[in-house]
Amino acid sequence: MTTMRTAINTAICSIAMLGSSVVSGAALAADVNIYTSRQPDLIQPVLDAFTKETGLSTATIFIDKGLEERIKAEGANSPADLIMTVDIGRLDAAKQAGVVQPVTSDVLENNIPQRFRDGDEEWFALTSRARVVYASRERVDIDAISYKDLADPKWKGRLCTRSGQHQYNIALIAAYIAHHGEDAAREWVAGLRDNLARRPEGGDRDQAKAIYAGECDIALGNTYYVGKMATDEKEPEQKEWAAAIKVIMPTFDNGLTHVNISGVSLASNAPHKDNAIKLMEFLSSDEAQKIYAELNYEYPVEPGIETSELVQSFGELKPDTLGLDEIARHRAKASEIVDEVNYDGGPQS
Amino acid sequence: MSAVRPVGTLRIPARIRRRGKGDGGYLATAFALAALVAMPFVALVWLALSGSSSNWSHLATTILPEASIVTAQLMLGVALVTGTVGAVTAWLVASFEFPGRRFFSWALVLPLAVPTYIAAYCFVEFLHFAGPVQSAIRAVFGYKSSRDYWFPEIRSLPGAVLILSSVLYPYVYLTVRMVFLMQGRKAAEVARTLGASQAAIFAKILLPLARPAIAVGVTLALMEAVNDIGAVEFLGVRTLTFAIYSTWLNRGDLYGATQIALLMLAVILVLVAVERLARRRQRFTLGRADRPQPGSERLTGGKAALASLACAMPIILGFAIPFLVLGDYAVRRLDQLADPQLWRALRHTVALASITSLATVLAGFMLAYGVRLTGSRRLVLMTRLAVIGYAVPGTVLAIGILIPLAGLDNFVDAHMRAGFDVSTGLVLSGSGFAIVYAGFVRFMAMGHGSLESGFAKVSPHLDMASRTLGRTPGATLLEVLLPLMRPALLTAFLLVFVEASKELSATILLRPFDFETLATFVYAQTSRSAFEDGAVAALLIVLVGILPVAILNRSILAETTRS
Repeated sequence: MTTMRTAINTAICSIAMLGSSVVSGAALAADVNIYTSRQPDLIQPVLDAFTKETGLSTATIFIDKGLEERIKAEGANSPADLIMTVDIGRLDAAKQAGVVQPVTSDVLENNIPQRFRDGDEEWFALTSRARVVYASRERVDIDAISYKDLADPKWKGRLCTRSGQHQYNIALIAAYIAHHGEDAAREWVAGLRDNLARRPEGGDRDQAKAIYAGECDIALGNTYYVGKMATDEKEPEQKEWAAAIKVIMPTFDNGLTHVNISGVSLASNAPHKDNAIKLMEFLSSDEAQKIYAELNYEYPVEPGIETSELVQSFGELKPDTLGLDEIARHRAKASEIVDEVNYDGGPQS
Repeated sequence: MSAVRPVGTLRIPARIRRRGKGDGGYLATAFALAALVAMPFVALVWLALSGSSSNWSHLATTILPEASIVTAQLMLGVALVTGTVGAVTAWLVASFEFPGRRFFSWALVLPLAVPTYIAAYCFVEFLHFAGPVQSAIRAVFGYKSSRDYWFPEIRSLPGAVLILSSVLYPYVYLTVRMVFLMQGRKAAEVARTLGASQAAIFAKILLPLARPAIAVGVTLALMEAVNDIGAVEFLGVRTLTFAIYSTWLNRGDLYGATQIALLMLAVILVLVAVERLARRRQRFTLGRADRPQPGSERLTGGKAALASLACAMPIILGFAIPFLVLGDYAVRRLDQLADPQLWRALRHTVALASITSLATVLAGFMLAYGVRLTGSRRLVLMTRLAVIGYAVPGTVLAIGILIPLAGLDNFVDAHMRAGFDVSTGLVLSGSGFAIVYAGFVRFMAMGHGSLESGFAKVSPHLDMASRTLGRTPGATLLEVLLPLMRPALLTAFLLVFVEASKELSATILLRPFDFETLATFVYAQTSRSAFEDGAVAALLIVLVGILPVAILNRSILAETTRS
């Protein structure tokens, strides 16, 4: 029975340990509490800058699925002050779930262009990222392309993407619906499907890897992944993937490129409302915008902030002026279209 | 009702069956525990019924048929591979002596410590174009591009079956080995004396004997395969779980998502019931209390080599490959070991896993004993329904936990505020309690499954004799059954501990502020496509899992060699 006793002893120690960590966890709930679906590593430096400047502490929980449901269930007692998320879809979902509240702030209005704010002031974008084409430097000799062209049969067997159901692709397809209508979008997604070199899989980096490996010639991906691969000191092999591709800014008929955002909302039962708004305002400031965007090789939303050299090397970004709420509105349809044409089933023949 | 006939009950003819003194307390406790396990499940049913989904016609005409077929194929594949690998390896290490048997007998459990999605990443890394295997092929044959040669696509349904099976077969191995150790030897010896060949013994005696255990193990593997999202998403295999998440997150339809999840569950429930129905007439128990012991027929030459190879393969696939890939990343990131966050995460992981496994095994034991003692069919039915919750995708189940817990918290808080002007806040849903509870619910299937099949191996005559000789149910439990149930208890504890130490989806949704476990640490890196940066933490998860495997195995072995 010695194992039993050991097990029981271990358990007693663990209960004490866990007890202490949970209590300390509760004590850690801070001046501003953040539920975030953006990875903690990517927001911590800005939060540290905030704490340094204001003396206000912050605490975070990284939740990528079910964030709105948790706040909803917690109701009036929810400790959440701010919600920080990636993708317009998630910001809109929080708004639709009724777990956020409007914020009236001159600072936010001044710093963040209207296009990057919710009409009801319930979410505010902090960074933007473009969904672009990665093209093989070796095998593709064009420097411009439209989103529409990606469905052209000349790319048959040469395109790679991640799952059509991924939020970044859903947002792009939703934008396409907004520009061209549902039927044209369905045709377009079917055209993309026919051009696929393989079944959609992996993440955006894996598409660059596939170009490097010669499995495909063009791919869809977000800008920042290129920056990350190009600067990956730990995995130098990824530098080779980045070197194998060039970034082309694809355009809609209006000559502009699809962008998605990361953003912030004030939780509807925020216990530290004033502090939370302070942090929101800080996040829109020059200082924070610069750190925040560069951490992830993204574009600041505040005009006039210079992007890093690496980001500039992607070429000039002319972000689409289509309303983000328009994109959010068409997401469910976009998701259905992906299923209807069986995009994730891959090339048909 | 025969489909839910209790296994291992005392089966005393109804006319003399009377509840003994003190049985009522056990029954009530067992009912309370079953209710606790069933609560999130009930919350999900309520959620599914409380809203109507506009997505059904869309789902029915588009992905649902294909997703159902893919899921069925995945289940079939995983069932066949895990069942075969698990049963054969258990038979080999329990019945024969061959080079490396002692090592294999515990190392075969190791893949259990590797989370499915980490296995998927590692396999893809290992087999992709620039990985070691293909690089070697290109170097040998002088190919340049991937278009020059054919290589099997690991990101496919067969790939998913292989990857999932290679880390899930230990469920079958563990449960089956337990049966072989507890009772297989006697029956096998008798057959041997009567001149049966080893193959015949395996096919005619051991396999039927182990069937309940194989069923339990395969069911666990299947539930894990079905609720997995990380691996299948990465591998581009669109199962029903994938459809559940896209319905919920991309189409903002939690009701529809829950409805699919419950439908999927109903199908699994039917499968489990059918399997039980098919073997309801079979019952094998120990005639007397045997000490578990491995067999000792010595294999030589080709047979020995074959046995060693058969045991080595699963370990190489399910453990060595992931371990090497992770290790390769980790050595370039040893600086992470200086990060106090990592050590805090380790502490949280060990603490959570210990508490969860202890609570789950104790409760599972009480549940199984409650059934054995009273034979209450209602309790059996309730337990069966409750433990099936494991097949629900983790995040969805976590929502089923969140809603009632937070509801209770808010209810208590409102009353305390009104009555005493004190706010109690989110005592349960906002603390580590929620995570432990989630693990308790999710892993009860494992705890209870192993204990139930363990109890089934202990003849009810022992209980009867003990009770006739004047022991109370409590004394029977402690003095007679507990020692006999040690292998089952250890197996259950081990299974739940390892599962709990890699639990991700419920932890991530339910944890308090700045509370990281190793699994959430890895996931945070993975979700920004930087899986490599989570390698050190992923290795620690594996190491945390290995430790109890080693300790418990030594204690089982010590016991077998003592006799």
